Amino acid sequence: MGIEGIGARVARKEDKRFITGSGRYVDDMVVPGMKHAVFVRSPHAHAEILSIDVSAAKKMPGVIDVLTGKQLKADGIGNLICGWMIHSKDGTPMKMGAWSPLAVDKVRYVGDAVVVVVADTKGQARDAAEAVSVEYRELPSVIQAVDALKAGAPQIHAEADNNLIFDWEIGDAKAADEAVKAAAHVTKIRIVNNRLVPNAMEPRAALGHYDRGDDHTTCWTTSQNPHVARLVMSAFYNVAPENKLRVIAPDVGGGFGSKIYIYPEEVVCCWASKKTGVPVKWVADRTESFLSDAHGRDHVSEVEMAFDKDNRIIGLKVDTIANLGAYMSLFSSCVPTYLYATLLSGQYNIPAIHANVRTVYTNTAPVDAYRGAGRPEATYLLERTMEVAARELGVSPAELRRKNFITQFPHQTPVIMNYDAGDYAASLDAAMKAADYAGFPARRDSAGAKGMLRGIGMSCYIEACGIAPSAAVGSLGAGVGLWESAEVRVNAVGTIEVLTGSHSHGQGHETTFAQLVNSRFGLPIDQVSIVHGDTDKVQMGMGTYGSRSGAVGMSAIVKALDKVEAKAKKIAAHLLEADEGDIVIEDGTLKVAGTDKNVPWFQMALAAYTAHNLPSGMEPGLKETAFYDPSNFTFPAGCYICEVEIDPDTGITEIVQFVAADDFGNIINPMIVEGQVHGGIAQGIGQALLEGAVYDDTGQLLTASYMDYTMPRASDLPSFQVSTSNTPCPGNPLGMKGCGEAGAIGSPPAVINAITDALGLRDIAMPASPQTVWKAANSAKH
Amino acid sequence: MYQVNYHRASSVEEAAKLASQGDARLLSGGMTLIPAMKTRLAAPSDVVDIARIEALKGVKVSGNTVTIGAATTHHDVAGNAELKSAVPAVADLASHIGDPHVRHRGTIGGSVANNDPAADYPAALLALGATVVTNRREISADDFFMGLFETALEDGEIVTSIRFEKPEKAAYQKFPNPASRYAMTGVFVAKSKDGVRVAVTGAGDNGVFRASEIEAALTKDFSAAAVEGVSVSADGLMSDIHASAEYRANLVKVMAKRAVAKAG
Repeated sequence: MGIEGIGARVARKEDKRFITGSGRYVDDMVVPGMKHAVFVRSPHAHAEILSIDVSAAKKMPGVIDVLTGKQLKADGIGNLICGWMIHSKDGTPMKMGAWSPLAVDKVRYVGDAVVVVVADTKGQARDAAEAVSVEYRELPSVIQAVDALKAGAPQIHAEADNNLIFDWEIGDAKAADEAVKAAAHVTKIRIVNNRLVPNAMEPRAALGHYDRGDDHTTCWTTSQNPHVARLVMSAFYNVAPENKLRVIAPDVGGGFGSKIYIYPEEVVCCWASKKTGVPVKWVADRTESFLSDAHGRDHVSEVEMAFDKDNRIIGLKVDTIANLGAYMSLFSSCVPTYLYATLLSGQYNIPAIHANVRTVYTNTAPVDAYRGAGRPEATYLLERTMEVAARELGVSPAELRRKNFITQFPHQTPVIMNYDAGDYAASLDAAMKAADYAGFPARRDSAGAKGMLRGIGMSCYIEACGIAPSAAVGSLGAGVGLWESAEVRVNAVGTIEVLTGSHSHGQGHETTFAQLVNSRFGLPIDQVSIVHGDTDKVQMGMGTYGSRSGAVGMSAIVKALDKVEAKAKKIAAHLLEADEGDIVIEDGTLKVAGTDKNVPWFQMALAAYTAHNLPSGMEPGLKETAFYDPSNFTFPAGCYICEVEIDPDTGITEIVQFVAADDFGNIINPMIVEGQVHGGIAQGIGQALLEGAVYDDTGQLLTASYMDYTMPRASDLPSFQVSTSNTPCPGNPLGMKGCGEAGAIGSPPAVINAITDALGLRDIAMPASPQTVWKAANSAKH
Repeated sequence: MYQVNYHRASSVEEAAKLASQGDARLLSGGMTLIPAMKTRLAAPSDVVDIARIEALKGVKVSGNTVTIGAATTHHDVAGNAELKSAVPAVADLASHIGDPHVRHRGTIGGSVANNDPAADYPAALLALGATVVTNRREISADDFFMGLFETALEDGEIVTSIRFEKPEKAAYQKFPNPASRYAMTGVFVAKSKDGVRVAVTGAGDNGVFRASEIEAALTKDFSAAAVEGVSVSADGLMSDIHASAEYRANLVKVMAKRAVAKAG
């Protein structure tokens, strides 16, 4: 692998600028004449806007302009859309309610943007925002999805009767019903997946700069996918034609899904810049982030899992209600459908599956993909159900899982997915060994002697990553293809720039992508630069989400590198008067195999650009582009084991050990992979123990700051024991599966299985906060 | 933050004078005031910074009497060698307030004068029967804390120091709010020749209070087992998304037991 090649634990190139405070984020961008925007947001969960008076605000010091939704509409700015069409089982299309970037007649959640103020300073804009007078008529609101479907619930969008967006199904209802009827045992459980707020370290921000001379707009934005942002802003929101709109996503401080979408603020900043003639910057404060970033999860499901007399799963029925909030965010519809229900077979051979999913409007922040996106919901549902089933059947949770594992590949599930490779027993064995599973009863007894309750729980997850084959997702309703692009530019002295559509906002692409080039050509990674995040520099690309940058983004780079290599070998063969088939590339040198004849890489590159001596008919230069469309999803999988100790007096749950045994396929940089797993598990433990968005009955977000929303801290977490046992993915050239979301997907059920094991309970709500655990521990006593 | 005039006082007298103008507020660390101003929940016309007045700083242990200057930071209280030896419970309490940033800025006088119902110091002062010394008078802790963010301080009155006698035994045990890490319930127990005093912060719906039933039990028998038999009522306790009144009642008892065990 070499010291910098694939498989090496190379320190991250980008960390120098991040840990020395030299990163450049949207808020660091300064454009001459730039002014500051503050949004006036709805204080009500549901209300009619009766009037908006901006006259006093306009007279405030430093104010450039105060703009409303009516003006935005008059200028032809479009409504925000959901880009994935889902049809209900009766064939009708999903009911998408209008989402104006600035509300015009109605507000639908606390935080809905109503007016934008542009002023010389942010402080002046805030002062003026307070002087905007909006007269509302409050309407009844509904917060929980289950309540929103009840007869007589407040109607949020005229388009969606009774707030139902779609009523969708997948699988074979009849076969699943028959399995339940024929079963020797059926485990029934209600599974609730709590609502989370993503909380990227960097809040969202946007800077719109309209250049009157060129009739051109530049938008700096905190995006995971700047090209998608340009496409959507131009094709649907009428911000500017694509050729007159440049979108730049510079350093971005974490996304976790929440920065995939195009939000009202970036659209408004671009429009306001054109309207006012000044560049307009907006940076969210933390409470704005809590209120208006797309939230995650929020499912309620009824589950029936059917077993035969030998404890083999013969069928699964799932009925899910998913809360999508007040508006349909950009990919909100695919999360509780194709990213969720298609994973309901888990690691198990289940012959009959049926899932019904209803998505619902409520007076809450929009809900969309958040680290894992649908797959954590599927994993939590399955792995909680498996644990409960094992307890009901009186068998070992590990052995119940093992008995039902899929062992032959490829494996076609009843819910679309075709698993290409895996070894689930290998991960289970590795995790049980690392956790000393066999030694647990003794540990439980010694904890018990101290008055502590000890429990152990596991979770065997699978996820679909490397999204996704474009034709396949197109046939399922996606409005875009999910390929990726790459361009490899070899400079005249041999250094290389790789331009990629994959955006890096914490993943470490600047290091891993360079490691790939090092493995291919032997150049030090310092001579390889990764360029991303700017639509004027990088060809069209689809961005980073769904753990796709390795499996899809790097596959595109491989294709471009193949083309570069072919041309480089032709040039070298010409220079060395050898057959191109005999040229090999080793340590930055092109050699004639078996001889001492060679030409250094830089000399070959120089020859390409001087073009003094190239093969007849060859174009000068050395730069290749490739687009890669995956042939399948990839299927990372693994086994997580969590062991907890609960203090019954206080309800505090301490995670005493956490083991992760993953199968990610081939790995580029084990250190970065471990970092991804650590971060994912921290978020998963956060969901299980600490985090939860809480709205009160009137739709006010009670957890709108870190005073009330519990983020995981280092002291909440154990030292993780992580390992991998990998089966290469056969579907892409590097054999990679993806690792970015696994930790957040696999860990919540392991934690809750451990807590319910310790307490002797069937279920406990997430987050299992001290209060919740104390109540459960003390009611369990009786 | 709205526009505000900042003044740095060099003496208590100057501070009192500056604080009498407009809608001025004293700033003694600003760990509560500044965030409230940044979110525009507080909008004083002037702030008068008293945290740099040298006369208000420092810990003095003289015989059995401890005096802590109002502008002494939590960090300096936590690290004071004489205090750690004389009344380790107070140094320990200070070492667990907020985070290192807060402990290097926040002061005992600021905390006491603010009387946040989830602050730690009020429990110590009440349990120790401390005296709050101001530029005008001396106020016993029993009379000083009057409710949520309410104290006996009058307009223009500035806390200058906190004074208390060394107890025979004392300890503080806090259950932090999982999100904010403020005390969701904190119990300070102190045993002295005059008896046992137990003060609870973070739990009462009217701020810090004395747990008289636990005091009675501990007066008879200063042991964790003695607390076990006490029934703590949920009446008058706070209820929020993190802890119901019933859960807080449980925590009062559990933290009291642990504090007694810690006090030795």
